[in-house]
Amino acid sequence: MSTDVRLTTDDGVVHEGDQSISEALSAYGNKIRGGELGSLPAFLGLIVLVIIFGALKGDVFLTAFNFANLLTQSSMVIVLAMGLVFVLLLGEIDLSAGFGAGTSAAVLAVALTQKGLPWYVAILAALATGALIGLFIGVLVARLGIPSFVVTLAMFLGLQGLMLLIIGDGGTIAVKDPVILAIENNNLSIVAGWVLFAIVVLGYALTSGRRILQRRSQGLTTQSNSLWLSKVIAIAVLYGAFTWQFSKERSLNPQATSIKGVPYIVPLILVLLVVLTFVLSRTAFGRHIYAVGGNAEAARRAGINVQGIRIACFVICQVLAAVAGILFASRDNSVSPSTGGSTTLLYAVGAAVIGGTSLFGGRGRVWDAVIGGLVVGIIGNGLPLITQQAGIQFIVTGLVLLVAASVDALSRRRSAASGRA
Amino acid sequence: MTSTSGSGENSSTPLLSLRGVHKSFGAVNVLRDVNLDVWAGQVTALVGDNGAGKSTLIKGIAGIYPFDTGEVAFDGEPVKITGPRQSNALGIEVVYQDLALCDNLDVVHNMYLGRELKSGVSLDETTMEQRARETLDGLSVRTLKSVRQVVASLSGGQRQTVAIARAVLWNSRLVILDEPTAALGVAQTEQVLNLVRRLADNGLAVILISHNMNDVMQVADNIAALYLGNMAAQVSKTSVNHQQVVELITTGRSGDLGLQQAVAL
Ligand SMILES: Nc1ncnc2c1ncn2[C@@H]1O[C@H](COP(=O)(O)OP(=O)(O)OP(=O)(O)O)[C@@H](O)[C@H]1O
Ligand SMILES: [Mg+2]
Repeated sequence: MSTDVRLTTDDGVVHEGDQSISEALSAYGNKIRGGELGSLPAFLGLIVLVIIFGALKGDVFLTAFNFANLLTQSSMVIVLAMGLVFVLLLGEIDLSAGFGAGTSAAVLAVALTQKGLPWYVAILAALATGALIGLFIGVLVARLGIPSFVVTLAMFLGLQGLMLLIIGDGGTIAVKDPVILAIENNNLSIVAGWVLFAIVVLGYALTSGRRILQRRSQGLTTQSNSLWLSKVIAIAVLYGAFTWQFSKERSLNPQATSIKGVPYIVPLILVLLVVLTFVLSRTAFGRHIYAVGGNAEAARRAGINVQGIRIACFVICQVLAAVAGILFASRDNSVSPSTGGSTTLLYAVGAAVIGGTSLFGGRGRVWDAVIGGLVVGIIGNGLPLITQQAGIQFIVTGLVLLVAASVDALSRRRSAASGRA
Repeated sequence: MTSTSGSGENSSTPLLSLRGVHKSFGAVNVLRDVNLDVWAGQVTALVGDNGAGKSTLIKGIAGIYPFDTGEVAFDGEPVKITGPRQSNALGIEVVYQDLALCDNLDVVHNMYLGRELKSGVSLDETTMEQRARETLDGLSVRTLKSVRQVVASLSGGQRQTVAIARAVLWNSRLVILDEPTAALGVAQTEQVLNLVRRLADNGLAVILISHNMNDVMQVADNIAALYLGNMAAQVSKTSVNHQQVVELITTGRSGDLGLQQAVAL
């Protein structure tokens, strides 16, 4: 993230100090050696997993149909993990995020099915439910100083009860609203998929290019043009290949139904990724979240409203959990008392940590949730192709989480030794 | 109790003046009836043994632990400082003993923490980086490789420099430094003392907390000695010698200076 800035800038030579590709690579290498691993382990894990499952069950695993499945299966965990990044950054935890998703989904289902409200009102009600739950947790943690572990463990139970009460005796509420169902089940048209491609590539090229020009005009060193261009090209090639694959027919039975196009879930996750990353890395609010996670007392002395930041992060986490709840309702066509339960929360925490967010607070990005969520998703998608035993799946996912947590702890020790954060 | 005000040169209104300030943590009375005057253009050294209450006193001024009772006047006007934003708004900047830096943030982010420059909703990183660099260059700190390094990767002295740079970055009127030279080598200590002098010569008021008598005698105009939470004496440096200051610190009195009766503990 950070580029080296040399002390002499007024040498009059334009772009002289800008970072070239090789310099960027060596700076990255230094970071890794210093213990700042970021998403690298998750990225390598992703590649290794694809190779393993591809080699063992390539005919089923390496198909566009399966990858589309994988994306929709992972989407709930990714969105939940995005929310958890905010509380993990503070060094806190929200164990109730899974059932928070379930509770909000229950509100959505009741609003749609029993009250007959339009989909947008139901979505607003679900998001508001998440916000209220988050506010409640945040106030208990920030104002009363109860450890978040305890508060959210209590909420883990309490929300399960609340869900049962909301859902009522029926046990399961069917969701039939076409808009809600479309979120997890439908795809963009081919044209829209390529428009999204253009937005992604141009959006990245323009925003990063603008920043480079701005820094250069102020005499600050930044990336060289060739480094910028190679990043833009890399994104265009990778995301272009992705869009191209998903633009082809992938139905297992094309005569009966045609399935093609980028799933709706992709732009949804991209929007969340961009907006939340902007909030965390480009706004004062985001900066204050890192500050509170790094040294809460220093943040307080700098005049930051530490309690407000804490409460806001719990609210954000539960609102994103509500988004995940909407995705659950869309994927399952229904909401039941087990929605958001079972391994959901553990997988989401695992996803954030696997992606590189620290359990110790102060270090993490929204992107970690995406890449970590994909790792968790691939394990859940690929393992059943190899073994039907649920026991093995639990053990493997547990092991991956342990490995990720050890990488976190070790890189922390290593960065303490090398003097990095 | 005699709190001897400075000599004739201090006849102007002090920039900051504390009268009868109390602070207790639970049952522990940390500050009792403390008076202090700080003038613009002068370095006021605040001395006292470990646990005398120096850090608590300046945290009260900074609004971190507001005083329980007592009057605070800034620029002759009575003020009530209840939070760090308020003291910042008055132009008070503090370099804390523990530095209060966020290890996971870089130098620029730390210097602007809580007072980030914005353009629209987003942070104005380029301006912050430039100004941070200018300030650090102004302190003639050439040892920092990059202002985009995270603070955790800095040496003790470099961290201290960042904390000081943060305090002088703003248009401050009173700069408080709590043992700013504790982690510094000989050359850097000299640099910081020069800076302290320069700040005062530029018309700022400076409070310097230090355990090093040589530093105090070298740079201070005014010495305030705290003894077990009581202000033993505030005297002009020219009116005392090294030995008298040490006595004030260790026993709370020296001749007819200082606390005249034994302090009730
Ligand atoms: N937050 C707090 N809660 C309770 N007691 C405190 C607190 N802060 C300080 N004290 C007590 O107040 C007294 C004065 O502490 P302070 O830190 O002001 O001393 P000091 O003069 O700065 O000492 P040093 O030279 O060691 O830095 C000590 O006895 C300390 O235990
Ligand atoms: Mg102290």
